[in-house]
Amino acid sequence: MEMPRPNPQVIARKADLIERLSRVLPADAIISDPAETRAYECDALTAYKCPPLAAILPASTQEVADALRICHDMGVPVVPRGSGTSLAGGALPTEDSVILGVARLNEVLETDYENRFIRVQTGRTNLSVTGAVEEDGFFYAPDPSSQLACAIAGNIAMNSGGAHCLKYGVTINNLMGVTMVLMDGTVTEIGGAHLDAAGYDLLGLICGSEGQLGVVTEATLRILHKPEGARPVLMGFDSNEVAGQCVSDIIKAGVLPVAIEFMDRLCIRACEAFAKAGYPDCEALLIVEVEGSDAEIDEQLETIMEIARRHNPVELRQSTSAEESAKIWLGRKSAFGAMGQINDYMCLDGTIPVSQLPYVLKRIGEMSGEFGLDVANVFHAGDGNMHPLILFDANKPGDLERCEALGAEILKLCVEVGGCLTGEHGVGIEKRDLMTDQYAPEDLSIQMAVKDVFDPKWLLNPAKVFPLASSEAHRIAAE
Amino acid sequence: MLKPESEADLAALVAGADAPLHVQGGGTRPIGGPTNGTPLTTSALTGIELYEPGALTLVARAGTPLAEIEKALAAEGQRLAFEPMDHRGLLGTTGEPTIGGVIAANVSGPRRIQAGAARDFLLGVRFVDGAGRVLRNGGRVMKNVTGYDLVKLMAGSYGTLGILTEVSLKVLPDTATVATLSIDGLDDGQAVKALSRALGSPFEVTGAAHWPHAAQGSGRTLIRIEGSEASVAYRAGELQAALAGFGEVAFSHDTAANRTLWQDVRDVAPFHAQPGDVWRLSVKPSDAPGIVAQLSGAQALYDWGGGLVWLRVPEGTAPDKIRQPVDAAGGHATLIRGNRSAGVFHPLPAPVAALQEGLRQKFDPRGLFNPGLMGQAA
Repeated sequence: MEMPRPNPQVIARKADLIERLSRVLPADAIISDPAETRAYECDALTAYKCPPLAAILPASTQEVADALRICHDMGVPVVPRGSGTSLAGGALPTEDSVILGVARLNEVLETDYENRFIRVQTGRTNLSVTGAVEEDGFFYAPDPSSQLACAIAGNIAMNSGGAHCLKYGVTINNLMGVTMVLMDGTVTEIGGAHLDAAGYDLLGLICGSEGQLGVVTEATLRILHKPEGARPVLMGFDSNEVAGQCVSDIIKAGVLPVAIEFMDRLCIRACEAFAKAGYPDCEALLIVEVEGSDAEIDEQLETIMEIARRHNPVELRQSTSAEESAKIWLGRKSAFGAMGQINDYMCLDGTIPVSQLPYVLKRIGEMSGEFGLDVANVFHAGDGNMHPLILFDANKPGDLERCEALGAEILKLCVEVGGCLTGEHGVGIEKRDLMTDQYAPEDLSIQMAVKDVFDPKWLLNPAKVFPLASSEAHRIAAE
Repeated sequence: MLKPESEADLAALVAGADAPLHVQGGGTRPIGGPTNGTPLTTSALTGIELYEPGALTLVARAGTPLAEIEKALAAEGQRLAFEPMDHRGLLGTTGEPTIGGVIAANVSGPRRIQAGAARDFLLGVRFVDGAGRVLRNGGRVMKNVTGYDLVKLMAGSYGTLGILTEVSLKVLPDTATVATLSIDGLDDGQAVKALSRALGSPFEVTGAAHWPHAAQGSGRTLIRIEGSEASVAYRAGELQAALAGFGEVAFSHDTAANRTLWQDVRDVAPFHAQPGDVWRLSVKPSDAPGIVAQLSGAQALYDWGGGLVWLRVPEGTAPDKIRQPVDAAGGHATLIRGNRSAGVFHPLPAPVAALQEGLRQKFDPRGLFNPGLMGQAA
């Protein structure tokens, strides 16, 4: 993966930089010893590593602003980092960059049930936001699989989704306001406890901008009362195509489940071995979940199961207890970990129109054969967000390269059928060089013009999202 | 009136333009400051290009009449869940609302509180920028973080960043039953508390409004629930019990009558044909009654559980009089009907205004599109 050449002048001024940062940050918030900066050399995309010049851990918006101003004045690139769970290399440093970690920004600032929001510092983990309100019956809806570890800051940077976003939407649909520090240290407040921030929809722009426009330090998030109950049903089919058709028929029937998850045989076996969820051994498994009171759940599941029966399922079984439901979800949410126990893998994140599911699954099967690498499929079928896992052997020379080539082909297929490269993981460096397959040069140019406005010197996470050849003119103009 | 017949014609027209354009769809929502450009409408760019009910997606050219889209959706038992308001009654305009106009003004109705705003259902756009380039962002899939989200940026930018030519939308199933719970006689403060109680329940309230002068001069508080008949009946019972402390809770499950009632809430019907300026406030719900109380001579209608306040005030009321209490509490106020030269949109904090102006200069460097409409430099 090509990265911009580190700026030797920045590296040469490391001592000066650390000295200036130490005037605005406590000593233990600055990590500059090469042995310690290695902890920040990569995120969850571990194939690429590079220790940063330094890492800083500010504990307030003011500290973030002071530190950014110093980096801005000295021309030092800054890579913001949530919890480092990015699968796309969003938090991968360069040698001349400072990692700005938000881990110490983890306070709950305000909880307001009457107006249904919570205001938090963004280093707080996704699950602990729900943790702060669940005793009172509320929850924060976006639920990425990494929710135990991932930070709200990273959720905002990547506009994270999760299994239940078919009903509740992704991060942006649940984000009401932010405090954001621009690269030059300017603190901005956008939105708040009211709906639809004034002016242009800058919240919509910031969310999903991969830490390239500013550092979000505080967020106002919508919270909801938990549903009375939820119940998943397992549906097993003997072909992927039939399962895909069943998904489309369920959606068309006018019942909207909170989640429709899909797994293929490879994945089913790995997850079953890991979670003992009672998954059937079949070609394709759907987990369909609905919410409400018991009677409401019965009514919805009756409709859904009737549709499933028309597709001759090899298994059709409702969960009968809370414990069973938890196991069913544990299996699904552990899919990446379970696959990781048996193989190295690369996780893709393309999204396709739901109507294209059967065709795309068939093509992935064929491509898997052509490349000689197994592909396990696990994904959010209701919204077409696919997560093909390409299995490879990291110790086998050439395997990673073959795996990346297959991944690129699969993502191009997603674009070809009317979809996109990434549904919730972000572009990072992983999909950066495929952006020209999705967007024409002028489509990318207007996006980069947005970065010119927020970060005229192109110092925030500059090597991500846009192919280096595309962004070169902007980066040079910024120097 | 310029009326390009195709996206390519529009792009050529913009590329060759040497004077400002007043961009509009059907012209039914004249919101924003006065702008001096040559009128240009997208109303000839029509047609639903793709509709996949099984994928909950619809793609249409920007000038497609909203009515045509709603009809196509209804035929499949689906709808635009964000329930766009029809401004014609309130503003006394005529003409045909277009989907592009809905998106450009980010128009949402009562269900915004539960389902989201227009921008939350916008999956992709095509538009012509100020250089006359045809640009594309987003797509037609539900989840997409491929590059920056200019889709939402275009929603609510009132044609000042580009001229929309095509929009992709997420649609949702319609519901069989629409029911309304109502409580009479609550003052504004109690009403917002009752609405908060309902919205903070697990019973999926999709509308939460309060009309202070509806029931013989006293207030009527309205709560909408939608779904299957059995589910609606169950949730109505639970909500009646939860709200018993606020007074008698009446229940109507006359779906046709309730559809009309909530259309009236959506379209601010009590203010139609009534004199005066009309303001639209977005605030924290519990702040709303206090803000309204500070404005003597104002008549209010509350939606979104109190978070959206429609205010009718004497003609020519100074904007500062409305904005001062909103600023103090947090939120924003927009003049929807009245003298538009006094400043329509809420002034932004300096750093945010600078970002907005910076974006405007990148998207429309020659200042062609609706100069002055959002208060930006002409």
